[in-house]
Amino acid sequence: MAEKKRVLMLGNQACVQGAIYAGMRFFAGYPITPSTEIAEGCSRELPKIGGRFVQMEDEIGSIAAVIGASIAGLKAMTATSGPGYSLMVENIGYAYMTETPCVIVNVQRGGPSTGLPTKISQSDTMQARWGPHGDFTAITVAPSTIGDIVIETIRAFNLAERFRTPVTILLDEVMGHMREIITLPEPGEVELVDRVRPTCSPEEFVPFEKTPNLVSPMPRYGDGYRYIVTGLTHDTMGFTTNKPAEIAPKLDKLKHKIEDYVDEITKLRVEKIDDAEIAFISYGSVSRAAFQAIDIARKAGVKVGGVQLDTIWPFPEKELVDLCSRCKRVIVAELNMGQIVNEVRRVLPPDIVVDSLLRYDGEILTPLQLLEKLEEVL
Amino acid sequence: MATAVKQKSDVILQYLRPSKKMPSVWCAGCGDGIIMSAIIRAIDKLGYSKDEVVMVSGIGCSSRMPIYLDFNALHTTHGRALAFATGVKFARPELKVIVITGDGDALAIGGNHFIHACRRNIDITAILINNSIYGMTGGQGSPTTPSNAFSTTTPYGNVEKHFEPCELAKAAGASYVGRSTVYHATQMEKMIIEGLEHRGFSLIEVVSNCQTYFGRLNRQGDAVAMIKSFKERAVMLGKAKKMTEQELEGKIVIGTIHRADKTEFCDEYQRVVDSLKGGK
Repeated sequence: MAEKKRVLMLGNQACVQGAIYAGMRFFAGYPITPSTEIAEGCSRELPKIGGRFVQMEDEIGSIAAVIGASIAGLKAMTATSGPGYSLMVENIGYAYMTETPCVIVNVQRGGPSTGLPTKISQSDTMQARWGPHGDFTAITVAPSTIGDIVIETIRAFNLAERFRTPVTILLDEVMGHMREIITLPEPGEVELVDRVRPTCSPEEFVPFEKTPNLVSPMPRYGDGYRYIVTGLTHDTMGFTTNKPAEIAPKLDKLKHKIEDYVDEITKLRVEKIDDAEIAFISYGSVSRAAFQAIDIARKAGVKVGGVQLDTIWPFPEKELVDLCSRCKRVIVAELNMGQIVNEVRRVLPPDIVVDSLLRYDGEILTPLQLLEKLEEVL
Repeated sequence: MATAVKQKSDVILQYLRPSKKMPSVWCAGCGDGIIMSAIIRAIDKLGYSKDEVVMVSGIGCSSRMPIYLDFNALHTTHGRALAFATGVKFARPELKVIVITGDGDALAIGGNHFIHACRRNIDITAILINNSIYGMTGGQGSPTTPSNAFSTTTPYGNVEKHFEPCELAKAAGASYVGRSTVYHATQMEKMIIEGLEHRGFSLIEVVSNCQTYFGRLNRQGDAVAMIKSFKERAVMLGKAKKMTEQELEGKIVIGTIHRADKTEFCDEYQRVVDSLKGGK
């Protein structure tokens, strides 16, 4: 077998490659630093493969067009940064309610507001979970190498299609703008998932039917299933409803179709955790510093390990409790004023000390800073 | 006579969603029903299959229309119908995409999407039902509420100016622009047919009545009185061109206001796709 081609690639370009590999054929977006290379890459690549790119008038229109295209049958994505994500959240909520698969990339920068367009941050972690109003369960992934961006983008599309739901990919300014040498997957190497389509006749079709795995088959517009898509709370036929007996089941479906299958979604990377007394918990670009710090500290004889959260939402509580069960202390390192650390505190038993190392001045956390924190608590 | 009436209603019934969701949310006498009938007759005359029609709407009284009709229905968020419709049309250009929107939905919260859909000249037919007020939320002033008119948020008379939707659409690049009223149902139907057959962005503004709020707050009488006033105030475009600004005060100019031969967005994009394939 011929050796695979190695390429030097920008993070944002890797996201485009992953999306196209996953079957994305529609992109709508609006320019915003530090995500713009994703839109530019899509504008260049999609017409070559018969896919569609449109630069919309704003981020609200971008996510709206993405949802419309997905309902018409295409795998669709948009990419933005914090201010744009803030504009999108109403329609992301619409995608949760209408159970429309789509992928939203947030290349995070500092906030709040316009904040730091060219500086790194991980302060949209909670927004990815709780952005839109109302009750729903979110799926969010966060890669930490350029190769992982390809794989996690494919996984985001697969999860969106499998669960009929929006999926957020959290990158950050460093992940978006860093270059690494990577190997792209060959066609067929990574499994791709497509939404289930109805096989019954249109007359028998129940658009939001409660199936055994709670995910309803989704037709394309134009294929004979003339159903209603509405953001108003609806019954299984798609009709708007105010009936208590229909409202709660709809919300239960949105929650349980994901939370009952969390094992299919959770993905973690662990490093030297088996005998670790202290563990770093990290995600995104901070994991890179964490793994280097672990390597250095281990050479000095410190029993330290690490857990990297590739899946941030649903929060991998069961796995984290298992993995950290022998630790006396964990240190959550993140580029915000403390978001995931509170989730870790919520799930770990009280005898494990939960410490944090937080940075929110627009700079990265370095391995040295993690080692200093380690020294401080030893 | 009785047979003719029955046949007409039969056509309408064929296109209503066979379901439990009647009556509609619309007040008795609302113009939305007249417009829905005109749309049905237009689609029936064009011979479109129900499967190829996608009806997209935002939020408001008129935006409930897709739920009542037996087409692919997309009832979206407030003001965003045209952006959702852009995604549907661009993803599957063979579909006939109709947007139902109101004056608040299209021109206030959705103003940006409105001008950009016009600019792109994407092949969507937008029917803007203009009743000069927010009906669903209870009679607040909208971008088409005339100066000095009363609403629940202009209790001392409207101090703002109003938009002219057709002028806005024309200036923004729409290639078919027409205006009618709910009194002129036959003309409206003809315009909807023309808009649907036109390749490019079509805007059809239909002046409609909200007797429940606009009519009551501005002492314009009941639905019949309001619809009659549209008949009295309407002036055909040809005649209007010969009238002075003073003579046109308070009038509603109806007819096909603008028609231009322009390239369409999906066609132009496909041209790029084809050229890239050819280049390889």
